Amino acid sequence: MGKRTPLYQQHLDAGAKIVDFAGWDMPISYGSQIEEHNQVRNAAGVFDVSHMTVIDVSGTDASAYLRHLLANDVAKLKELGRALYSAMLKPGGGIIDDLIVYRMSFGYRIVVNCATRDKDLAWMNSQAYGFEVAITERPNLAILAVHGPSSIDTVSSLLDQVKRETVAELKNFRGAEFGDWFIARTGYTGERGVEFIIPVDDAVNLWDKLLLAGVKPIGLAARDTLRLEAGMNLYGQDMDESTSPIISNMVQTIAFEPADRDFIGRAAVTAHLSAQKQANSPELVGLVLQERGVLRAGQRVTTDKGEGQITSGTFSPTLKHSIALARIPSGSTTCQVNIRGNALNVRIVPPNFVRFGKKVFE
Amino acid sequence: MSKIIDDFKYAGSHEWVSVDDDGIATVGISDHAQEALGDVVFVELPELGANVNAKEEVAVVESVKAASDVYSPLTGEVTEINDVLADAPEIVNSSPYDNGWFFKIAISDETELDELMDADSYKDHCDDE
Repeated sequence: MGKRTPLYQQHLDAGAKIVDFAGWDMPISYGSQIEEHNQVRNAAGVFDVSHMTVIDVSGTDASAYLRHLLANDVAKLKELGRALYSAMLKPGGGIIDDLIVYRMSFGYRIVVNCATRDKDLAWMNSQAYGFEVAITERPNLAILAVHGPSSIDTVSSLLDQVKRETVAELKNFRGAEFGDWFIARTGYTGERGVEFIIPVDDAVNLWDKLLLAGVKPIGLAARDTLRLEAGMNLYGQDMDESTSPIISNMVQTIAFEPADRDFIGRAAVTAHLSAQKQANSPELVGLVLQERGVLRAGQRVTTDKGEGQITSGTFSPTLKHSIALARIPSGSTTCQVNIRGNALNVRIVPPNFVRFGKKVFE
Repeated sequence: MSKIIDDFKYAGSHEWVSVDDDGIATVGISDHAQEALGDVVFVELPELGANVNAKEEVAVVESVKAASDVYSPLTGEVTEINDVLADAPEIVNSSPYDNGWFFKIAISDETELDELMDADSYKDHCDDE
């Protein structure tokens, strides 16, 4: 038996098929993953992502510590509740993890991946030497993500007046604290929505209310097709400790300014960036296959500049053809993939396929 | 619990076979197989008129999750293919034993049927996986 989130019984009650996900017993789907995907694009769905790790950072040096630890700069978080996406790098530039950091009343809250929990905590503690910070995991908080075009209206109808009015005003990548509740406009689907980081008992209660209000439970399988349509990287698949953010479509998430901020990995990624400008070094792009067939992680591709590899691939339920992320030589203009003996042409596009239910590439 | 049809025969690779009075075998994939694959998005079928051998890869079923080969359970000539699956592959999920059939074969060696499993044996086979 694996680890279980506080919503485990709710998943069984909703008819979930449970699979092992990095040591957690998680719902892969409650029936059809395509129907769940479409539910999020067309209405609203709720994901239990309580397997992800919540880490609070407080103390007088919290800001200085995170400005050293993370490739993005928490100094950008001018107001309470604001969110920032960042990589956490090794000195050599490899990606230890990607994460979201929120500015909170007590300091900062970080949400990291579940499979990387142990190494992330070990790394964060090892880098805290000399900083006056407290790094505290919050296992008693659950995370529910509610996403889809009608998600915010539905969520609002279930909240008390103070929360409702605040959530209605929240802009993307902003959140608000209400005691031990935190609600933020963040997520992993490319749709409008909110994430609740709240005490376990409240999460069970909220889940039940959301389902009664017509929000459908969404499993990890649909979460993966939604994030891939949104062109969002998956740690361990599209990037890891062997890849620099420069070749992982993450250069925009590195704050090179101010130039005197000494973040871990700075020298390495600066060198990687100048190397990429000079040579045909790899880059992470989007691929589109309009013929029948599905691009899959691990498939080799051939471009006019050399060889590459698909890092994530799937059938896109919204576009009704296959899409992928692939690491290929930069500057490539043509690309072919071999599927069951047939060399098929695929189009190279920016790695962003669907936003707010609509196709976004040309 | 996936469904198994009593009168059908089954291959270890999860195809089912139903033989009519004229010696024509209809072939599809089992409920267990479609459940394991999840939402089917493409099906590649054999050519009409193709001569296929038992245990030969003759079709591919591709779901969001994975691509899977489909093996012909029997030797013979393909007499019909289920064109509906080209536009509506999800029928494999909703009706694996009926509207979601893949192809039909004029059987050339009926003794091959004896090598296939009956419903009870196939149930045990699925339970062992």
